[in-house]
Amino acid sequence: MSTTKESTVDPVLERVKTGIEAFDDLVMGGLPRGRTTIVGGTPGSGKTVFATQFLAHGITELHEPGVFVTFEESPDEIEVNMASFGWNIRRWREQNKLVFVDASPQDREEMVVGDFDLAGLLARILHAVRTANAKRIVLDSLTQLFDHFVADQTAVRRELLRIAAALKKEGLTVLMTAERNSEYGDISRHRIEEFVADNVVILRNALDKERRRRTIEVLKMRGSRHVEGEVPITLVENEGLVAVPLSSLRLEQQSSTKRVTSGNAELDRMTSGGFFRDSVTLVSGATGTGKTLLVTNFLAGGVAAGERALLVGYEESRGQLFRNAHSWGVDFEAMEADGRLKVISLYPEAQSLPDHLLTIRELVEEFKPDRLAIDSLSALERIAPESGFREFLISLTSFIKKREIAGLCTATNKSLIGGYSASEQHISTLTDSIILLRYIQERDMMSRGLMVLKMRGSEHDKQIRRFTIDGSGMHLGEPFGGAPDVFGDAAIAGPTNE
Amino acid sequence: MSTNDRDVAGRTDRAVLRLYLASDSPGARRALESRKRIIAAASEQVDIEIVDILERPAEAEAAGILATPTLSDETVTPPRRLIGDISNTAQVLEYFGYRNKDATA
Repeated sequence: MSTTKESTVDPVLERVKTGIEAFDDLVMGGLPRGRTTIVGGTPGSGKTVFATQFLAHGITELHEPGVFVTFEESPDEIEVNMASFGWNIRRWREQNKLVFVDASPQDREEMVVGDFDLAGLLARILHAVRTANAKRIVLDSLTQLFDHFVADQTAVRRELLRIAAALKKEGLTVLMTAERNSEYGDISRHRIEEFVADNVVILRNALDKERRRRTIEVLKMRGSRHVEGEVPITLVENEGLVAVPLSSLRLEQQSSTKRVTSGNAELDRMTSGGFFRDSVTLVSGATGTGKTLLVTNFLAGGVAAGERALLVGYEESRGQLFRNAHSWGVDFEAMEADGRLKVISLYPEAQSLPDHLLTIRELVEEFKPDRLAIDSLSALERIAPESGFREFLISLTSFIKKREIAGLCTATNKSLIGGYSASEQHISTLTDSIILLRYIQERDMMSRGLMVLKMRGSEHDKQIRRFTIDGSGMHLGEPFGGAPDVFGDAAIAGPTNE
Repeated sequence: MSTNDRDVAGRTDRAVLRLYLASDSPGARRALESRKRIIAAASEQVDIEIVDILERPAEAEAAGILATPTLSDETVTPPRRLIGDISNTAQVLEYFGYRNKDATA
């Protein structure tokens, strides 16, 4: 539509919120008002959900009625299919807040001879727009319209251009969907985007390492900035599409200076007074070094200080977690009975990573914890492609901080005596503090060592401290005499051999 | 097919087709001329009602009209429709199952 006159478009485009919060952030507040956006996607990628949500948000939140032009499903089918997202389309139809133009396939015999126009469709659309006093309009999907007049593609293109111009003249914010054949091919089957769209958004539902990965990507926004790249999305009951926000947009959360206990008095001393209230700490170590113990202490310390604590476990069952705690003298059962603690055990493989993130968010909204422990991130990393895991971590850490929750995450180091794990590399830049737990060989003895590797915004003890574990928990002892290498294989040789 | 060779003479009232058009479009005038010729060719046994969708959009909605001009027989189920160029009178009458006056003479 580059040739149409856009005389009244403000240089700072007014934004129309779609109701998909994190998506609106990607496009600087929403879709530009009075413009046309194409949403492309393969079948099942969520185009109709996106389109319906766009209308629903206008109706329920912003008093902006809408028109739904459907070329595929009948209005009744849409009513039924979208009900699970909590949208009462029937009521909106009765109140004329949502008016349908039903252009879905009908039972009729039809023959096309020579040239025609789509004035019939346009007249119906404009009639619906006036009936609803609509501000938003959806055409779903254009591909079906092209398929209807399969022998007359040129005419359909010309007519579509006319319809788009007429809708623009009415000041409507237009969302058109178009079908794609593949996730990473042409934008749409009839290259509709090339002649009709100001903005292009792509929904994907790709198979990645045997897992479905839904994403949304803003490909083009005419005259406006947008965030580039694919952002994970998921379909949520009673909500619709939820995009998973990236922290790159939300780094504005302020850091608190309030300290909370780590649950271990000695560790509190090493960190000059405990963890920060809105910080995320990573505990990294090989299996058996005491990560779950540190988690248990962290939770118990919070509860003892009158806080609410939430544990989301991905490695062990609730029973096992409770038994572990008991063996270190911590009574999870009593804490849960008091309503101070909540322990949730989940299978990593049960759902996708974005869904895991939403589960954590829902648990936090519901339980409102002051501190949150996740044991372990490595278990979650197993189920995700690398890029997806990094997005997950970014979202998770920014969420934890935004809620001013003290977070503790664990990562399992595959190598027993040192080395960085992949999750460490991912998360080390995202977390505020890192605590390493390591096996350290001293002559013929294997000892455990703890080190505070990093602590943002605070002094901390840089020594590697010996520690032991017994029936009452973790006991930090003297620093190692030499300087054992906790990072690499050199630890085997051991500097204490000199 | 039930619509072929129907016995128009046996009817007391005239069969009615509907012509959906947008009165402001270039195709509308041609369609109106074609309409007159079709009625004449069918010995005035067929009437064609004009529906200007600009004035009566609700009827276009009810009938599910997308394209104009559309000539539609809504007395049969499912409706039978001819879209676009209706200037070929013989073809139109044949499509809707009416005998052309000249052909039957």
